[in-house]
Amino acid sequence: MTAAVASESAGPRRIRLADMGPFIALAVVILAGVMINSSFLSGTNIANVVTRSAFVAIIAVGATFVISSGGLDLSVGSMMAFVTGIMILAMNRLEPSMGGYAIVAGAGIGLVVGALCGLLNGLIVTVGKIEPFIATLGTMGIFRALITWMSDGGSIPIERTLREPYRPVYFGNVMGIPVPVLLTLVVVLVGAFVLYRTKYGRRCMAAGSNADVARFSGVSVAKVRTMAFVIQGLCVAIAAICYIPRLGAATPTTGQLWELQVITAVVIGGTALRGGKARVWGTVAGALILEVIANLMVLSNMVSEYLVAAVQGVIIILAMLAHRFIK
Amino acid sequence: MTTITRRALGLLTAASFTALAATGALAQEKRVIAVSIPAATHGWTGGVVYHAEQAEKEIEAAFPNIDVIVKTSPSATAQVSALEDLAAAQTLDALVILPFTSEELTGPVEQVKAAGTFIAVVDRGLTDPAIQDLYVAGDNIAVGANTAKWLAEKLGNEGKVVVLRGIPTVIDDERIQGFTDVIAATNIEILDIQYANWNQDEAFTLMQDYLAKYPQIDAVWANDDDMLLGVLEAIRESGRTEIKYALGGNGMKDVIEMVMAGDPVTPISTPYPPSMIKSAIYMVAGQFTGQAPMRGSFKLDAPLITPENADQFYFPDSPF
Repeated sequence: MTAAVASESAGPRRIRLADMGPFIALAVVILAGVMINSSFLSGTNIANVVTRSAFVAIIAVGATFVISSGGLDLSVGSMMAFVTGIMILAMNRLEPSMGGYAIVAGAGIGLVVGALCGLLNGLIVTVGKIEPFIATLGTMGIFRALITWMSDGGSIPIERTLREPYRPVYFGNVMGIPVPVLLTLVVVLVGAFVLYRTKYGRRCMAAGSNADVARFSGVSVAKVRTMAFVIQGLCVAIAAICYIPRLGAATPTTGQLWELQVITAVVIGGTALRGGKARVWGTVAGALILEVIANLMVLSNMVSEYLVAAVQGVIIILAMLAHRFIK
Repeated sequence: MTTITRRALGLLTAASFTALAATGALAQEKRVIAVSIPAATHGWTGGVVYHAEQAEKEIEAAFPNIDVIVKTSPSATAQVSALEDLAAAQTLDALVILPFTSEELTGPVEQVKAAGTFIAVVDRGLTDPAIQDLYVAGDNIAVGANTAKWLAEKLGNEGKVVVLRGIPTVIDDERIQGFTDVIAATNIEILDIQYANWNQDEAFTLMQDYLAKYPQIDAVWANDDDMLLGVLEAIRESGRTEIKYALGGNGMKDVIEMVMAGDPVTPISTPYPPSMIKSAIYMVAGQFTGQAPMRGSFKLDAPLITPENADQFYFPDSPF
């Protein structure tokens, strides 16, 4: 390992004010929420907001790998819709022979398909040597068209007999904690471990901060980056698994524009968009900030319905600027 | 005198032609009807594509002398190119078009008309109505107004309502206008109107937020059935029971099924049927087969879909 890599890997262990940025921002947004509407802090509302941020958070953990290793994935929203469609079709097909176990089998198929989609992205970027922005812009269109084609522009609903047994995966809870939140925690813990405690994680940072230096020190940058895309695909599939029971269908608008939310969450969280620096817990804070802001837009009566997106944009930019000045 | 004879002769010839064609002894001149519609990117346009393809199959099977060509386009620019390609490849006897946007498509359609093509416009009008020979459209204001009238009556002109609107467009504005104008004349209070972009997911989260914000909601109106499905899931999960009605609009088959089953929360819907494209294609075909001339504007009403008439609006094989 080179000195540069070693110092990078030592970074996360020190607690610096700058690293606390996303969490301070989250606290500020929550404080604003409490002042705007008292029902913001109600148990149901908090549970709703945290649960629905699970999808973006899980996908964003994968994106933290891709971005910190020097890549970018615009296809996650479409990939999410595509994987959801494949999973529902598989579950419906298996249901007559397997009953409730079709859900488990379908989820397994989803993970495989997700990983393969990620692998495809990774190979186009590394073997094909195409800019990740363009490569994943291409697959974004492909995945979106495939789900539209599979559903004839309508929707792919899950069998009624599977809906009830599958519901708890989104709506259920373990000791009061919603299942999607637990799933997010597991994904984040595993993600943090891999990024901060394993050789692969350090290689990710090395490939992202300076690909040439990494290459000279014996890191296979192509392999590291391809693997990051595969991890991204797996995260998308995990998000899809807890997404399906929510509405029980995949449509051509499923996951639309999620890629932008995911990238925003990652960057708000403190991961550098140009690579070399990853903040997994910050990413989760970023996903929560986005969801809380959206929630507050509805709960407050101050913002015109026409201006919601503008106010959201301003808040995100302010959060980033605050982050910069704390540094 | 001579003109009359000539006309009579003409009629005779036409009649004999039809007779000949009917026996199939003579290959009659093919009539080409081009259909240009948006690609299936969401439920409603998916329905449009389905009904256009159904019309193509049915008409070509019934009338061998008519060739229906269905072309879908993913954007306004692509639709302009599709029109040019269609007109260049063959002589079009008729064009049935559901324009992406009014402004961008007006010029290109006018050029097609210049070659003598019969023009039928569906749903979205062109900026110059003089171009079209036939106009078939639904009534978005009625979609909002009829729902509001029914709701006001059921609620006894009292209560609190939340509304979910779609993507900022004329269609969305008209539906909201139809609804709010009727409600304004009652004591019903509209607590909130927010965009959910005709998207099930966004409607689900928006409804969750409405439920957190307002302790008492008597009814919900989502101006599209796709969104209604998200709303219903959010209500169901919240366990709130004070909401008497949750209504949509558009006539999506899942919602029509609820109406047929006599669902207490969603007992009605209002149609803005994608099948209007099929109605238009049939009207155009009529003049090439049975000589049934068709000119003018046809505004399809948005009557309430109730358990009694739901089967007329139910297409189990359509994606929408």
